[in-house]
Amino acid sequence: MSREPSNGRPGGGIYLDYQATTPTDPRVVEAMLPWFTEQFGNPHSDAHAYGWQAEEAVEKARGEVAASLNADAREIVFTSGATESNNLAIKGAARFRRTHEGRSGVVTLATEHKCVLESARALARDGFEVTILPVRSDGLVDLERLRAALSERTAVVSVMAVNNEIGVIQPLVAIAEQVRAVGAWLHVDAAQAVGKIPLDVGTAGIDLLSLSGHKLYGPKGVGALYVRRRPRVRLEPLFDGGGQERGLRSGTLPTPLCVGLGTACRLALDEMAEEAARLSGLRQVFLETIETKLGPVAINGSLEARVVGNLNLHFPDAPADKVMEAARGLAVSTGSACSSAAIEPSYVLQALGLRDEEAACSLRIGFGRMTTTEEAMQGAELLAAAVVAARAGAAAAE
Amino acid sequence: MNEPVYLDYNATAPLRPEALAAMTRALEVTGNASSPHAFGRRARRVVEDAREQVAALVGARPQQIVFTAGGTEANNQALRACGRSRVLVSAGEHASVLQATAEAVRIPLRRDGLVSLAKLASLLAAETLPAVVSLQLANNETGVVQPVAEAAALAREFGALVHCDAVQAVGKIPVDFALLAVDLMSLSAHKLGGPQGIGALVVADDAALHPLLRGGGQERGRRAGTENVAAIAGFGAAAAAARETLGYLAARRDAFEAELRALAPSAVIFGAEAQRLPNTTCLALPGLTSERQLMALDLAGVAVSSGSACSSGKVAPSHVLIAMGASADETQAALRISTGWASVATDYARFLEAWRPLTQTVEARTPVFPNGRVTA
Repeated sequence: MSREPSNGRPGGGIYLDYQATTPTDPRVVEAMLPWFTEQFGNPHSDAHAYGWQAEEAVEKARGEVAASLNADAREIVFTSGATESNNLAIKGAARFRRTHEGRSGVVTLATEHKCVLESARALARDGFEVTILPVRSDGLVDLERLRAALSERTAVVSVMAVNNEIGVIQPLVAIAEQVRAVGAWLHVDAAQAVGKIPLDVGTAGIDLLSLSGHKLYGPKGVGALYVRRRPRVRLEPLFDGGGQERGLRSGTLPTPLCVGLGTACRLALDEMAEEAARLSGLRQVFLETIETKLGPVAINGSLEARVVGNLNLHFPDAPADKVMEAARGLAVSTGSACSSAAIEPSYVLQALGLRDEEAACSLRIGFGRMTTTEEAMQGAELLAAAVVAARAGAAAAE
Repeated sequence: MNEPVYLDYNATAPLRPEALAAMTRALEVTGNASSPHAFGRRARRVVEDAREQVAALVGARPQQIVFTAGGTEANNQALRACGRSRVLVSAGEHASVLQATAEAVRIPLRRDGLVSLAKLASLLAAETLPAVVSLQLANNETGVVQPVAEAAALAREFGALVHCDAVQAVGKIPVDFALLAVDLMSLSAHKLGGPQGIGALVVADDAALHPLLRGGGQERGRRAGTENVAAIAGFGAAAAAARETLGYLAARRDAFEAELRALAPSAVIFGAEAQRLPNTTCLALPGLTSERQLMALDLAGVAVSSGSACSSGKVAPSHVLIAMGASADETQAALRISTGWASVATDYARFLEAWRPLTQTVEARTPVFPNGRVTA
């Protein structure tokens, strides 16, 4: 089936904030629709065909999610999104291992998503020994510091595959080796990675992995957690109830959302190589256009070890909030979306060693499946002009 | 073959067209509702409009609505994160309430399915620590409506918090959070014709509630995770539609039950003496197992259930019916018939048509299976 190129494109401006959320691919919407209407059964109803059909669709989707990680379908637990997956993985693994094995250490990085850090802090209040490691100035883990933080008491180590603000790709295989050496479990927040970089939970030595629908052109409100079966990783659930998802996650599964996530995973896997090449070109065009106007631009975080759909740029003397105000019709961001109505300096950029005023003059730009070359060029021009205007405004105010 | 007939609304309801339309529109809105740019603000508006619609359906204020992934999450958060270590629950609660707190004290049910308020009072009097009482507004299997306002008033006298699982009641009977005067109330969209995967916890202004999911601080710090914009839009639209069509036809169900009794005088209708949801019939015809009825009805294209959907595969006797004092003969024969917004009068007739031949064998006192079990 061919896709109308204009379909699914965000209207009303140039959208370059693909790390906050992505448009739902029209092919995903199409796959979901029948499960909203004529086939609406509860996938856990075992007494009639409505339930059986829904269950079959959920299981097919589970297989599609598994395939994108080279996992087994039985290793996939559907959740309401990456926040839930991350909470379940970190709290669930830490609590289980403390109860059953006496392991009470949790190790993570300062640049993780808030839901990972908040889960770790909640565990610290419950008496777990939580270590939050600094990162190198390029945003990557310092493997020596990681090694020093690990011990036989470590229950779980949580590291994100791709950072949501600076897009850097952590060296998972090297991390997994160290984690395995002390018998700890490795949890990977892959919300920003699935469908963008190849992931193989088996060869990478990953025990738990979180993913999210709406970061890969699927629907919001659905995600998954990979839970390794051999050797078995066990978790204490966050919710109890009907015992769905083999007791790990109770609650009626939303069939259409599961179908949407499965379809999104399949499409992203099929199109990954081609899309990566295209986005790499777009990013190049964007950077060149910006640099033509403004001269060389500082990039926060490693450019080499980074997903192709992300940039995080530092524009000295151009406060990010003023730039965004000036760049009408262009959607970029200062960092994580989350709840912050107030713009605070990004803790991710601070962890790279940026001073507050440098972090406050930095912007995240995200490219994705619906971004066209024209949009990348226009976006760069709008942004460059807005930076000039913001600098002029800042200078005039002094 | 006849069109299939869906009589299992208490498991899940078909999506209302208003909800589908709202979701289709919302799926075309790109944007994270927490992003400050124009795309994000459009998504935020969708979320806040829906919050008002949900609040209006349950007599709450929009700020009191915390969206969750569904009823199970709402129930778990209410009981695990309200800061009370002692939990009292009715014996007929949904599994997500019963399992949320392993050491909960069970408040027994009376034969008619209602919770015993006298027993609740004596249990509360015996508590020395701050407690929370969880009582569902309507039971998912029998439809029995509990005296929640009375129980809440009683609990308050003892300083206990009150949580009400209103998942099955909302959209079927009028529900008013302020009048019930409970502290926490759980809702689910898919039981009232909204999408699966979205629900809410209604939180009284002075209730201390911790998040179960921590992270970006969405839902004013009470439930982290990117807002499920499309599902929230669908929930809002379904709530608005349900509000307009609340005048439910209990008369239709009562006529149906009269026919049932005429057909099978020995049939038991659970909770018939109590006030019930106008859409639910839970019956048993001793000697006719649930499995046999489900098979025969499925062949005739009629979808009903033997009780709660939840994790499939297990056919355990209903804890709700056991709590009401039902015999093993009765629990093995239980059947739940539940209607909803798209049901038509002939649906009950189709059920009766398919069920009649089954009853004839039993009413003639001929055992269907000598050992009362189905082996196939």
